[in-house]
Order: sequence, then structure tokens, then C-alpha cells
Amino acid sequence: MLAGHRTWIFEQKPVIISTGTVGGPFEANGAIPEDFDLLHADLWIGQDSYEKAHKILFEEACHKAMEKGGIQKDEVQFIFAGDLINQITPTSFASRTIGAPYFGLFGACSTSMEGLALSAYIVNTKGAKYILTGASSHDTAVEKQFRYPTEYGGQKPPTAQWTVTGAGAALLSDSGEGPRVTSATIGRVIDMGLTDPFNMGGAMAPAAVDTIEAHLKERNIEPSYYDLIVTGDLGQIGQEVSMDLFKKHGTPISKEQYQDCGLMIYREGQPVLAGASGAGCSATVVYGHLLNRMKKGEFKRMLVVATGALLSPLSFQQNETIPCIAHAVSIEYGGEQ
Amino acid sequence: MANNKKKQLTPVQQEYQTIQKNRERKRPVIQNCVKAFFTGGLICLIGQLIQDFYIYYFDFTDQTAGNPTVGTLIFIAMLLTGFGVYDRIAQFGGAGSAVPVTGFGNAVISAAIEHRTEGFVLGVGGNIFKLAGSVIVFGVFSAFVIALIKTILIRWGGL
Repeated sequence: MLAGHRTWIFEQKPVIISTGTVGGPFEANGAIPEDFDLLHADLWIGQDSYEKAHKILFEEACHKAMEKGGIQKDEVQFIFAGDLINQITPTSFASRTIGAPYFGLFGACSTSMEGLALSAYIVNTKGAKYILTGASSHDTAVEKQFRYPTEYGGQKPPTAQWTVTGAGAALLSDSGEGPRVTSATIGRVIDMGLTDPFNMGGAMAPAAVDTIEAHLKERNIEPSYYDLIVTGDLGQIGQEVSMDLFKKHGTPISKEQYQDCGLMIYREGQPVLAGASGAGCSATVVYGHLLNRMKKGEFKRMLVVATGALLSPLSFQQNETIPCIAHAVSIEYGGEQ
Repeated sequence: MANNKKKQLTPVQQEYQTIQKNRERKRPVIQNCVKAFFTGGLICLIGQLIQDFYIYYFDFTDQTAGNPTVGTLIFIAMLLTGFGVYDRIAQFGGAGSAVPVTGFGNAVISAAIEHRTEGFVLGVGGNIFKLAGSVIVFGVFSAFVIALIKTILIRWGGL
């Protein structure tokens, strides 16, 4: 059901029956290695290119999700997924292996929640029984695409972020046990005229704020309804800037309930500058770490706001500004259903 | 140019950019300069030692020792790039490791390594000068312009 302008309320409350998360060596060294189902010691994952390794990441995340959910791959009706590589080949190639009908998505780092929102909508209207949704990124493959060669000695400014090597997939169904998807707000493309590709957090913060405020308004709830409002990959700068904006708009969101996946995945001391980013960032942290904590009962309601910067290396070279987007999905577990 | 861009921004965008600027971490320019000075200086010192080594132990003069010295430095930069060390030095040293010849070597070699997966012709061959290409193009072009000016001055300026 549509609430307001761009919020869906899911009456059937589709269930995330299982998830699969896969990470790389840098994530294994990070703050939440125990929340990954599978960790690789090598960025190559036994492949001869980073792009092929990227594909394996997503394949494995999907297989883990299906295995944990006790579902065979021919039972999966749709896949909604994407990544950051040109023409989203890693996801498409991984979906070739799985063989289910497939929608390729591109929402940059907001893909995880774009996929979850669409999947929940379809499951909610009985368009499918099982949907696999997820997102992935591979640090070196993405760096190669968006920036300089990985071994090139270019100094990164303190606003830069580290792309996560990882994939997260969730299996969504109309029935079963697990955290439930209750609503989603779809983001608008917001461009505040920023041009620095090494400061994504600063560019994406207004998109996150816009979507969160729209979500609260259209559902007619206070921020305190949620135990946790978690953004995808704003990093330190984006988080601080968005807090400033909330304060300015008079939205009562507290520092404790407002967190960022990009600041959870790595430890202090890892050379990640302003935090983590990448499509795999929100996917792995939400589908691994946060859902695990939810199942332990640490919190009951969370709003996940995955943020994406919709630029390409070409648009940046042509002096275009960086348009950004954020999609919000609320996930609830325990309490009254 | 920068002013033109600012003018095109809407008031909302300008207001946001002011808020954003307050939170943005500034590049530690002075600290970076000091680090660059010492990193670059260290690379040059090593270069000087290599040059003296060639002059002292081999049959090279001040003039002829340049080429083997540059070759050796680039070879070391190649090894460091291949072992994944050079980009770490660069994150510390900044311009100090980018400006000397080792930085140029790193730009060529890192592009070659990166695109090895696309094959030798379209990958390595096509991309090896991806970063260094503009240095070569504009280096050669500026040399040409300077030579032109010099020639004109000598011919008609009576220098």
C-alpha cells in the first residue's frame, strides 16, 4: 500500500528467512569478522581477474543464503541485485550460474536497499514466494573502474573512503521465521552540486536526510519509533553533515540511534580514512552484523538507509556534479508483529 | 571557472555546501609538504648514491652516469610497485614520491599490472600509458614550444 508519495507499507510483512555474507581479507581483519558466513584470505579468490573474483563473491553469498534457508536454486523466483562494475557484469554472470529469473539493478551503493524494497513489494503482492536480493563490491575491481590503478601511488585525501570487498544476499519469502520487512521509502536523486569524487559522504548526506525525513513524514512516525536508523556508507563526514542537517530541520534523531554501516565494518587503525563504502558495505553489514544483532534481541526496529553516489568516471571527468540517492527500508523483529 | 560554477548553484545548494565545508576534513597541506619534502629528498639521495656508485665502481662520468641511475631507480620502483609497497609510500609521501622519476615509473607499471587481465595487446599495450601518457604528450609539447621560442630569439632576437 502506498503511504504518502513514495512510501510502501507491506501489510504481509515479507520475511528475510536467511542471508549470506561473504568478505575479503581486509574485512576479515575488520571489526565484525564473526558476522560473515565466509571470508577469503586472498582478493583474487583463486580467479585470474578481480572482476571474476567479484562474481564469485556474489555467487557464494547467494548460495549461502539458499543453503541456510533450505531452498534449492530452482525454487527462487527472482533475483534483484547489482554492483558497481560497468554493465553490472559480476552480478549478471553470477545470476547466470544460479539460473533464476533476474533483474539487474544499478543504484550504486544504494543497490542493497533498492533490491530489498522491490523484492518486498513483489513478495507482498504475492508476485513471488522466494526472492533473492543483494549487492556486492570488490575493492580492487571498483578502484580500477572508478579511480586509478590499484598500485598507483596517488595520495588520497582524508575524506576518501575504502571500498568493501564483500557481498550480501538475502532470501525473502512471504512466510517463515525471521526479521520482517515492514515498509520502504524510495529515494529521489538529489544533487547538491558537489564535485569531489573523493568525498562521497559529503555528497550523499542530503539524499539520506531527504529520504529519512520523507519516510518519517509519510509513515507519520517519530524517529524514536526506530531503535536504530542506519545509513549505508556515509562515513565520518557524511554522518556529521547529515546530523547537522537533521538539527537544522528540527528532526529529533539522536546520535546513539543514528549509525553508519561504513563506520561499523572496519577497526580503528585500518587505513580506511573516512570509513567504508561500496555496494557491498551496506549489504554485508545489514545482512550479517545487524540482522544477527537483531535476532539476539539487541533491537527490534531498524531503518536501513542505503546511500549511493550515481557518478561515473566519465561524468566526473566531464566536470559533472555528483547526483546521489538513498533508499530506506524498515526491518522489524520481535515485538508485536 | 570556479566562480562560474558557484554562480550556477541554487541557494539551497550553496547553503548545503557551506554546511558541508565545515565538516569536511581539510587536507593537512603543510604536513603533507614536509612529508613530501623528506620522501622526495630521500629518493633523490638514493639516486645520488646510485650515481656515485656507478661513477666510482664503473667507467661512468658525471654526464654518462645519469641513464643507468634512472634505469636503476625505475627498476626499484617497478619492484616496489609489483610488491604493492609503492602506493603505501605514496600515501605517506604524496608529491615526494610522485614527482621523481620513480613516480613516473610507478604510473606506467601500475597501469600495466592493472590491465594485464585484458591481455597483452588491448590490456597492457593499450593502457600502459593511461596515466603517464599525458606527461609524455605535454612534456614533449612544452619542450617543442620552448625550443621554438629559443630558436626565434636566437635567429631574430640576436641573442
